[in-house]
Amino acid sequence: MTHFRKSIATVLLSLVAGAALADATLLNASYDVARDVYKDYNPMFQKHWKANAGESVELKQSHGGSTKQVRAVADGLEADVVTMNQANDIEFLAEKGLVAKDWAKKFPNNASPYTSAMVFIVRKGNPKALKDWADLAAPGVQVIMPHPKNTGNGRNTYLSAWAWALKQPGGSDKTAQEFVGKLLKNAPLFAAGGRDATTTFMQRGMGDALITFESEAEMIAKEFGKGNFEVVYPSLTMQTEFPVAVVEKVVDKKGTRKQATAYLEYLWSKEGQENAAQNYLRPRDAELLKKYAAFFPPVKTFTVDEVFGGANKAFATHFKDGGTFDQIYVAK
Amino acid sequence: MSSNKLTRATQEPAWVRYTLLTVGLGFLFFFLGLPLVAVFVEALAQGLPIYLEALKESETRSAIWLTIVIALAVLPFNILFGVAAAWAIAKFEFKGKSLLITLIDLPFAVSPVVAGLIFILMFGSQGYFGGLLAAKDVKIIFAVPGMILATLFITFPFIARELIPLMQSQGKDEEEAAISLGASGWQMFWRVTLPNIKWGLLYGVILSNARAMGEFGAVSVVSGHIRGETNTLPLHVEILYNEYNAIGAFAAASVLALLALVTLVAKTIVEWRMKAETDMLNAELPGEKT
Repeated sequence: MTHFRKSIATVLLSLVAGAALADATLLNASYDVARDVYKDYNPMFQKHWKANAGESVELKQSHGGSTKQVRAVADGLEADVVTMNQANDIEFLAEKGLVAKDWAKKFPNNASPYTSAMVFIVRKGNPKALKDWADLAAPGVQVIMPHPKNTGNGRNTYLSAWAWALKQPGGSDKTAQEFVGKLLKNAPLFAAGGRDATTTFMQRGMGDALITFESEAEMIAKEFGKGNFEVVYPSLTMQTEFPVAVVEKVVDKKGTRKQATAYLEYLWSKEGQENAAQNYLRPRDAELLKKYAAFFPPVKTFTVDEVFGGANKAFATHFKDGGTFDQIYVAK
Repeated sequence: MSSNKLTRATQEPAWVRYTLLTVGLGFLFFFLGLPLVAVFVEALAQGLPIYLEALKESETRSAIWLTIVIALAVLPFNILFGVAAAWAIAKFEFKGKSLLITLIDLPFAVSPVVAGLIFILMFGSQGYFGGLLAAKDVKIIFAVPGMILATLFITFPFIARELIPLMQSQGKDEEEAAISLGASGWQMFWRVTLPNIKWGLLYGVILSNARAMGEFGAVSVVSGHIRGETNTLPLHVEILYNEYNAIGAFAAASVLALLALVTLVAKTIVEWRMKAETDMLNAELPGEKT
């Protein structure tokens, strides 16, 4: 009964005033598998902020598909900070004037406090001996991936394969396009999203390889058991970034710029970095990366900026209507 | 002779009857029974304590309460509009009546996601009233009011749709009698109209309530998915599932299924009472039986 009263009160309170109990309230709009990261991080920051600024701060989380989330922020979801898994999504907010144009320069490391890498998940014992991108494009191999045109996961896969082919001896955009075409032919379907792809591969037992984030492999292990699959690191793959930004328009209105900036800065602290590592995201801190080397075997990576000249340019060339994906897919 | 004719329907060859029965029951089992059982099996896969632990989580609890709060919040509006619309349509003739009926059916025809987007277009920060709302600092979208609005849009045809045929079949004789005997409008409504429609009304309430609690699409668009604040149960189930928290997701889904089962029982009781009452009325008026 007391719980009932409390929750009614909470709902009413949020209806009326938006909970003014703490000195400040921050809303973090984030992508959908980030919950574990911020569930642990938020109490850390609350303690840190209380000790250093003497203020209590209430932290709220909103999770959903990355692109859906930034759309909501553009439509008026009052998030103080956005913590996403694709630069494109933050660029979208920058174009709308909600986030600073130079958001990537506001924090170190391209405003991405941690990274991950695209890896292959294969069946136990790796029966088809899939070691590198070339093996995935071989005849008779089935690859499970989300749709390259409208999911971050799918785009990263596509660009990883493209970059790998480009870096092979004699590689050019033409050979890369041919190679990616062959790889896509091995995809029996395009899943709707990362979780959908995982379900297709693990639960429905379709395909020989699933391509996903290194960090996601650990979540899959949590649900489906560690012994049921193996993780394969290809010879070259994409370093995926998780960019963060302050939503200027919201913090100016709410007067929370100081807290919001501190919240994101603290992600680069030892505590914040260690929390990322414990959630299987590669920390930027070199020492911690070494400490957690068991989670993070060395892998040769490239960034989208290095190979494709930025997320926006990559998107325009490959995934806009009439881009290379459409050319390949129509040809198929 | 006549009794022979009556039992004719059940005198098909045995194999026909059993095949039809098997098909019917098999369909029920695979499409309704099995999924329902699966929800509870998955939720309890790691034992009761872990199931209860998953339900104890504050975010799951607040999702349960929010679902109930929204369902309760839309109820008075649905009753008011439903009865008013059914009353107007069933008892009066006026221009534009068929247009009104079409409008009432609109939420059935419109996809829930589109319904949600309508509210974004109206109240979103880039929408028609976005600037005004921001200036007054009123939050509708990505807050509970928007979710109530979206649910209201989705559920409002249920009561009217339930009452219109009922009221039409009852006609207006009793009301006219009440008025001519000197009853005021309210007296007529409370003493004559309402008692006549109460079971139909309750039935509509139960249907719209079930829909309100289960609604996903429209609410998802306007929710903003703030944990512990604007997540209803169906939204919470999706998020937990996407986070590889199968136990949590199925535990939340089982609560939703339980709510649905309670609704079903309530619905059955209402149907039973409705039937009992009409039978009683018919028994009282033996002369009118044909």
